[in-house]
Amino acid sequence: METLAAPLTIAFDYTRSLGPVLGRFMAGLRDRRVMGGRTADGRVHVPPLEYDPVTHEPVTDLVEVAPSGTVISWTWTGRPLEGQPLDWPFGWALIRLDGADTALLHAVDAGSAEAMRTGMRVRIRWAADRVGHIRDIECFEPGTATAGPPGPESEPVTMMTTPIRLHYRHTTSVEEDRYLRALAEGRIIGQRCPACRKVYVPPRFCPADGVAPDEVVEVAGRGTVTTFCVVNVPFAGQRLTPPYVVAQVLLDGADIPVPHLILGVPAEEVRMGLRVAAVWRDRADWGTTPENISHFAPSGEPDAAYETYAEHL
Amino acid sequence: MNGVAVIGFAQAGGVVTTSGVETLVPVFEEALARAGLGRRDIDFWCSGSSDYLAGRAFSFVSAVDAIGAVPPIAESHVEMDAAWALYEAYLKILSGEASTALVYGFGKGTAGDLNRVLALQMDPYTVAPLWPDAISVAALQARLAIDAGRCSEDDMAAVAAQRGHQAPDSPYVSMPLREHDVAPVADGAAAVVLAAGDRVAGRRAAWIERIEHRIEAQGFGELPAMPAPEVDVAALHAPFTHQELLLRRAFGLSGGVRYVPFTENAMFSAGLSRIGVAAEEVMAGRAAKALGHATSGPLLQQNLTCVLGSRS
Repeated sequence: METLAAPLTIAFDYTRSLGPVLGRFMAGLRDRRVMGGRTADGRVHVPPLEYDPVTHEPVTDLVEVAPSGTVISWTWTGRPLEGQPLDWPFGWALIRLDGADTALLHAVDAGSAEAMRTGMRVRIRWAADRVGHIRDIECFEPGTATAGPPGPESEPVTMMTTPIRLHYRHTTSVEEDRYLRALAEGRIIGQRCPACRKVYVPPRFCPADGVAPDEVVEVAGRGTVTTFCVVNVPFAGQRLTPPYVVAQVLLDGADIPVPHLILGVPAEEVRMGLRVAAVWRDRADWGTTPENISHFAPSGEPDAAYETYAEHL
Repeated sequence: MNGVAVIGFAQAGGVVTTSGVETLVPVFEEALARAGLGRRDIDFWCSGSSDYLAGRAFSFVSAVDAIGAVPPIAESHVEMDAAWALYEAYLKILSGEASTALVYGFGKGTAGDLNRVLALQMDPYTVAPLWPDAISVAALQARLAIDAGRCSEDDMAAVAAQRGHQAPDSPYVSMPLREHDVAPVADGAAAVVLAAGDRVAGRRAAWIERIEHRIEAQGFGELPAMPAPEVDVAALHAPFTHQELLLRRAFGLSGGVRYVPFTENAMFSAGLSRIGVAAEEVMAGRAAKALGHATSGPLLQQNLTCVLGSRS
């Protein structure tokens, strides 16, 4: 069965602190230099390792290697993916820089796969804006180069930021699909667990019994605030101006509360046991989304007795 | 205590739901039925999954819904293929803290661009920011293997044929890897039931004779020799055909070994399934000794091997 599905993109800028080894390595890139780390066996690793893989001692001996080297393995990418170093066809390669004993992974802007070969000589193409990040190497290109004149090392980089953006197609379960389609018709439905008889809104497999939900139950658009919080803190993407109230609302006929906004009443007057009713958006704006319900507002009924919602706290 | 054995295994084919719950419930039922145990007979539950696969935060927590956690259960999770959850459960039983365990893994690998998502398991400072996709990285390893004479494109095509994937004009996806060298991305879910020796009690069982986890040294993609004992059957977890050949060599497997083909790359359950499939071979009497292998990383950076045998 084809259930509702929608694109989903998640993104976050990861910030990572750098230790004494990678901090110097990244500072070097900013200054157009490549630093390798020498381990106890005399081998020079590029990128440098933070700890010696044999002795497990911290690596402290950093030496500059050449900005050019030799391809020891390669492949070709005809259709680069989002975020990769180049957005036209390029080669990925393991490159052993002159003076290094290990290989670095990076992109080679070679024009065509035919221009790539094991043993080819490549040199770094530096990015114009360098901030102390592996992307300060824009890519490699065919050719050779020599290191610039020696000079003092600049301050180690202490933090690096890497944006991460991933794309998915989010697919709903059969139960979620049924729930969202009902919302599009202005109905709120739950489903009953065949074992414990509780009605879950939205419907889901019973987390207590581990079984599929059964009977579809339509529940009311009104219910009781079991608990709530006043949001005073602004955050990115916030749609309302603080302060406002988010509450757990136990809909009449349901055995589990749903979270929602409580508006139409000053925040300080919201209380446990407050009776509220769903305020739907204009029907013309309805879709298969919980946003069809704009918020909940006081229904005017007397407060519910504590015993009626005590087990939900 | 007298050892630990696999006494039940089940896996789902086809589509896995986003939360995994709806898929896992019948998989648990089948694995438990084969083990002759009920849900409440399980002392310890342990899972393997990753939020990056379907883009859902704390997905392993929602997956616990499939267990039915009332009364409370003992549960744990690894952000690895569930083969590593099996390792944790094995230790839990060895230490005497549990006498039965159900290990499960699940993943909706088709929800995103897996090839790109997997770039994020590389070194976060010097490699992941370049977004090297898993297939390209594996291709670099394949070329090194070919150049070193460890395998040839013909050998790789033969593995593809054993997997039922070989196509005469299979195009390159990342030279030297052709389309048929790359196991297709799939959704997957699997469960294995473990029991301490004194709980096996006449059930069909595949005894864990040896289990070990090897991590490569820091650096990029060197596979150490991992000599395995003589086995009748091996179920290797090799997302790329050249890796099947590298693994056979690293394990020192002889020509007489029968291989259970690896056909689908179902992230986070595939490795556990390989151990389950190897255990099935023993439980069904088709093998006296079987090797199940699980890997993680596009270059076989992590390897878990489990040797299973019969006791007659």
